[in-house]
Amino acid sequence: MKPYSIREKQNREILRQGMKDGIPIALGYLAVSFSLGIAAKNAGLNEAQGFIASFLCTASAGEYVGFTLIGASATLIEIALATLVANARYILMSCAMSQRLDPKMPFFHRFLMSLHVTDEIFGISIARDGYLNPNYSYGAAAVSVPAWAIGTSLGILAGNILPMRLVSAFSVALYGMFLAIIIPPARKNKVIAGLIIVCFTLSFASNYIPYFCELSEGMRTIILTVLLSSLAALIFPKKEDESDE
Amino acid sequence: MSNYIYIAVMFLVTYLIRVIPLTAIRSKIKNKFFNSFLYYVPYVTLAVMTFPAITAATNSTISGVAALVVGILVAWLGFDLFKTALTCCVTVFILELFLI
Repeated sequence: MKPYSIREKQNREILRQGMKDGIPIALGYLAVSFSLGIAAKNAGLNEAQGFIASFLCTASAGEYVGFTLIGASATLIEIALATLVANARYILMSCAMSQRLDPKMPFFHRFLMSLHVTDEIFGISIARDGYLNPNYSYGAAAVSVPAWAIGTSLGILAGNILPMRLVSAFSVALYGMFLAIIIPPARKNKVIAGLIIVCFTLSFASNYIPYFCELSEGMRTIILTVLLSSLAALIFPKKEDESDE
Repeated sequence: MSNYIYIAVMFLVTYLIRVIPLTAIRSKIKNKFFNSFLYYVPYVTLAVMTFPAITAATNSTISGVAALVVGILVAWLGFDLFKTALTCCVTVFILELFLI
């Protein structure tokens, strides 16, 4: 793997690559944040507040929960706790990301990269080979985070600016991206392929399992992630030579 | 209470969740189990979030399922992020012209 200093020379190219891969994220974000904006409006936020909240938090479920509680005039402690629970999966993602950072990378990048550990930017960043180049994430964030914030504002201003057909079509952009991240490795690695099938099955089944189905979506994602990743790690521990360095 | 205070709290909690692991874990984790665990986390979490959610995201379940199948197919064939996402969107758009 190339050390950070050498990769730095390619930084502009990598930034551009990140921006390109940020476009489908931006499309998906527009559609999702639009409906988030409607929730924000119901909670009494104006378009500037929705913009700021989305620009800073970049978290769909976490923001949604926060807005709902703002609408209910909850206490700050309640908002903090609910945000923590709804966003807890980012703890796992940040842990996974920490293992892919070059120890020689200037430390301030860690503070900047933490701003946009979203499902999508995490997903496309981790899908790349070798140490993560922060410029790739910055490029993706520069294109997609404004779309997320603007979409929220638009949702507050006018819930129905985009035709329903387009919203529906855009809404699968994020999932299409997730597939582009998980399927190619599954083609090369049978363990990952099998794991994805198990994930799909259990994730589907979890809608019908008593008690479990009453948990929030974020909570279910965390439980399934911890459970299935642990099982996979126990049964198929990663071999040293498979390390993704 | 001002909405800005609420937003500040939301931001603070969300940022801390992301920044603490990223700054506190500075070296390679040696523990084999935890290493393998973190290796599988991205695949599991993205897979769990994709299905069945994709089938509920669209106006019609059929177009959502079609987007899933087409997305898996073109990703398997090697389409990149942008093309896979776009193919899924186009699949939904065209199917819903007939379905709805």
